[in-house]
Parts: sequence; C-alpha cells; structure tokens
Amino acid sequence: MSLLDVQNVSRHFGSLVAVNGVSLAVERGELRAVIGPNGAGKTTFFNLISGFFPPTSGRIVFDGVDVTQLPVHERVVMGMARTFQITEIFPEFSVRENLRIPVEVAAGYRLRPWMSHTDDGEMRARVVELMEMGGLTDKADRLVGELPHGDQRATEIMMALALKPRLLLLDEPTAGMGDQETYDITRLIRRLHKDQGLTIVLIEHDMRVIFHLADRIMVLAEGAVLAEGTPDQIANDERVQAAYLGKAA
Amino acid sequence: MKRLPVNRLSSRTSSAIIWIVLLTLPLWMRAVGSYTELGTQVVVLALAAMALNFLLGFTGTLSFGHAAYFGLGAYGAAMTIKYLVPSTPLAILVGMAAGTIAAMIIGALIVKLRGVYFAMVTIAFGQVFYFITFRWNTVTGGDDGLSGWHRIPLNLGFTTIDIEHDGKAFYYFVLLCFALSVGVMAFLLRSPFGRTLLAIRENERRARFLGIPIERHLWLSFVISCLFASVAGALYALLNNFTDPRALYWGQSGNFVIMAVLGGMRSFWGPLIGAAIFVVLQDYVSSHTENWMSFVGLFFVLVVLFFPRGVLGIIRRRTMR
Ligand SMILES: Nc1ncnc2c1ncn2[C@@H]1O[C@H](COP(=O)(O)OP(=O)(O)OP(=O)(O)O)[C@@H](O)[C@H]1O
Ligand SMILES: [Mg+2]
Repeated sequence: MSLLDVQNVSRHFGSLVAVNGVSLAVERGELRAVIGPNGAGKTTFFNLISGFFPPTSGRIVFDGVDVTQLPVHERVVMGMARTFQITEIFPEFSVRENLRIPVEVAAGYRLRPWMSHTDDGEMRARVVELMEMGGLTDKADRLVGELPHGDQRATEIMMALALKPRLLLLDEPTAGMGDQETYDITRLIRRLHKDQGLTIVLIEHDMRVIFHLADRIMVLAEGAVLAEGTPDQIANDERVQAAYLGKAA
Repeated sequence: MKRLPVNRLSSRTSSAIIWIVLLTLPLWMRAVGSYTELGTQVVVLALAAMALNFLLGFTGTLSFGHAAYFGLGAYGAAMTIKYLVPSTPLAILVGMAAGTIAAMIIGALIVKLRGVYFAMVTIAFGQVFYFITFRWNTVTGGDDGLSGWHRIPLNLGFTTIDIEHDGKAFYYFVLLCFALSVGVMAFLLRSPFGRTLLAIRENERRARFLGIPIERHLWLSFVISCLFASVAGALYALLNNFTDPRALYWGQSGNFVIMAVLGGMRSFWGPLIGAAIFVVLQDYVSSHTENWMSFVGLFFVLVVLFFPRGVLGIIRRRTMR
C-alpha cells in the first residue's frame, strides 16, 4: 500500500480548472518531485493533499485512510507536514520559539495549561536537536524575520520536521536562493531522505536539485499529468522537452 | 528595542513596580488628593481590559462586544444578591458563570469569522444583551438599573471583613480577585496552550499547518477572556452597589479596547496602564468639562498615531535601550 494515494483529483476555481484529474501514488521512503511550468497547478495540488481546501472531485488516501474531507490539523496528526512556496514562519519570534511550538504540538501538549520541569527539559532538548540538524544553532535566539532567506527556509523545514511527519511536502524549498544556500538545503533534504528514510514530495524548478534528489518525477502542465517516470525517462521525454524543458532552455 | 522572549510577557522589574503600587495604593491615594474608590475602579476596569487583551493582544482577535460579558457578570452578581442569597463570593461566581456560559454559546457561533467580521458580530451579540436588560423591566429594572441591594460583608467564619462600609477592605478584596485572575491569565500565556495562541496571532496559516485546530483554540481564548471580563463586571456592580444597561452598551466595549490599545496591547500590563489613564482622565477632566470623552478620544488618537505600541511601549523602549 502506498503511503499517499491521490486518486483522480480536480480543483476548479470558477471556470478555471487548476488541477484536472491528477492521480499520484507515493511509496514509503520515496522522494517524488513534481515539476511543471508556472501556473501548472503544482501548489494547488499540494493544497489539496494537505487540506487547505477540498478537491472539487476525487479522493485522497493517506496511509490507507480516506482523508479527503479531514481538516488540516487531523492530517498533521496523521503525519503530514508541509512548507509553503512563500515562507510561512513566525517572523517576530526567535528560531528557538518558532521550533518550540511544533515540538509541543507533536508531543500532544497543545492544550496543556502547564508543563512539568522534566517535560520542559525534553522539549528544549528536542528544539536544540532540530536546530543542530538545520544548521541554525548559532542563530537560536535571533528573530527569524531578521535572518537571511536561506535560514528562514531552513527554519520552516525544521518546523515541519518538528511535527515528526511521515510525509513531508516541500513547495519550492530553494526558490529565491543563492548557490550556497541551494546546496545546503539540497544536502539537508537528501539527508532526511537517505538517512532517515523520510517520504518526501517536492515541488522544484531547479533541475540540478531535482536530478540530484528525486527517485521519480511527475510533470504537470495546465493542471494535468503530462508525464511520469524516473529522472532519466523524464529528461528524454519529448513532450516534456517541448512543454517544459524546451521552454526553459 | 529589546524584545522579551515569548514565554516572558513582562519584565520582572515592571511587574514588581506594578504590584508595589497596587498594594500600597490606599495608603497614598488620599495624599495625592484622590480617593480609594477611584483606585478600586482602576483595578476593576484594568481587569476587564486585561481580559479583553488576552484575546486582542495575545490571540490577535478583536472583540468589540466584551461589555456584554462584563454586563452579564454585573447583572448576575446584582441579581444574586437582590433576589437569591446575600453572599458576595456567590454573587461573583454567579456573575462569572452567566458571562462564561453566554461566551461559550456565542463563541461557538462566531469562531469561524475573522477580523472586522468577528468584531462586528461581537458588537451585534452585545447589543442583543443590552436590549434584553433594557426591556426586561420587571427583572432587570430596565433603564433605571438594578438598585436596592448592596454588597455583603465577607464572613470567614472566625471573623467578618466589612467590605460593605470599609472602602480599603473592599479595595483589597478586589485586588485579590484581580491578582488571582491575572495570575491565571499570565500562567496560561506561558504554557504550551498560551504559545498556540501567540502562534495564531503571529501567523494563522502557519499555526493551522502545524496542527493547531484554530477554531477550537480561538473559542477557548474567547471563553477565557470573557470569563475574566465577567468577573470584572461582577466586581464593578459590587463597587457601585448598582448596575444598569450602560454596563453592557457597546460604548463600554469600546472603552475596554481604548484602554488596551492606549496602554499597549502587546505588553501584559499595558491595559492596566491604559485603564489607569482612562479612569484618572475621566475623573479629572469630567470635573472641569462635560466633554471629557473628546479629551480621551484626542489622547487616544495621539497615542495610536505616534506610539502604536501604547504608553507602556514607549516606557519600555526608553528603559531598555
Ligand atoms: N485560491 C485560488 N483562487 C483562484 N485561483 C487560483 C487559486 N490558487 C491558484 N489559482 C490558479 O490556479 C492556477 C494554478 O496555480 P498554482 O499556484 O497551483 O500553480 P503552480 O504550478 O504552483 O505555479 P508556480 O510555479 O508559479 O508556483 C493558476 O492559474 C492560479 O492563478
Ligand atoms: Mg506554486
């Protein structure tokens, strides 16, 4: 059974069909890239999976459970976490504080009006661990809003990881980054995938990143699946070259 | 400007200064040409403004209808003593229950709304309660208000504290209720639950996708906020030995918002400072001119224009630089 099984989903915005009958099965431990020209419907597709809004038609099955009608927070509890194309963080909080909130939610403490000393220690330790993994330790007490773009992105990814997800959805994690930052984030994603066996779906425009990371690629164009396959198959697919790679070259 | 970490809402020094001032207030209030009841009024309205600010400043949601819960607390307390039992603590508990139950129901109806819509609907519901007290003459006394009752001395078994006639004793009783209430609020805001509220204030979308059910947390914050607003209302009725529909009027809700914004809604003590300025200005200016509200209004506009973080925001910036 696939971890994520999206069956024939569509989403209409008035007369615009942003996603049109897309199916996608993601296996456990897989890193799947979703590519496609601007406006292809990639972000909308993520919004459907993560529950931002419901699909007009189709079904979304996560870990064998039909989640199509479930609210966002229940999908998070089941193990889905995401980042956004335009970074969504708590800019006026420090890195530590940004991470503290998802760490507590993941521990099931979100309604707790108090916290024991031991639990508090555990939460702190987990935050430190996440900051180390994301290379953010030396910026722990800086306001996230004042940090460079790359660090903000890293913070957002670590916030998603703090939720201990089984499926991580990353919407253009390297968008707007310089070479060094892109390299760092790519390495981080690779580690999560290879070392921790995390299942990841990744929207990305940077071809170097995709070919370095992805097990399989799905190409969207005008809301529909144009092609699907391994990086080599996609690179040699004529329709893709015409619709997408050709355009980029 | 140095910023306080999320789990510290106010600096130790400012808290210490505020408690010292509040604890010694009846000792010097007369010396500065004022009277204890004015101090009591500040503490009661400060509680209402701080309760509102739990929702406004720390959850990022504006309610323009808090007078409804304040007023329900006031009527609950007044009617308990007038019609049911002559007990001050019981009166407060009934007032609190009345406001809280109403908030639980109304909260459930409005938590899906955001921003201006939320604020507008809170006004609308508030006005419903206003008209009920206004029209239901036989029980609420209608426009004339509910008089013919008074607060009851506290019977502790081994001794009795005469909060009815001794203004200082009543002040300290009110201060105790205030301390318990704001203590609970501060405690909650430092907890994991409190951090989810700050998260909602900072970035609702992010909070939602971190697995926080926004509507449920917003509802809880609203109910907690209204609970303490109704405690303040009960104390307000006890202070005046009287209550009338004006306690529920939406203008009163506006006053709470003014106090919170005036003092600084991002700081825990800000609304207390706002309430103090508001009450003192009202007391002082109204003895010179009928038109005291325009002075408060002018002051308010100046603060909002030049010091968006409120009066306490200015002081903090000065001292921490
Ligand atoms: N909430 C919305 N309401 C109306 N139209 C929308 C909404 N979200 C997306 N769209 C439209 O749906 C189409 C697909 O948008 P989407 O953001 O999914 O594209 P994308 O593939 O992520 O593009 P990009 O590479 O630029 O991020 C676009 O035409 C967009 O304008
Ligand atoms: Mg997009």
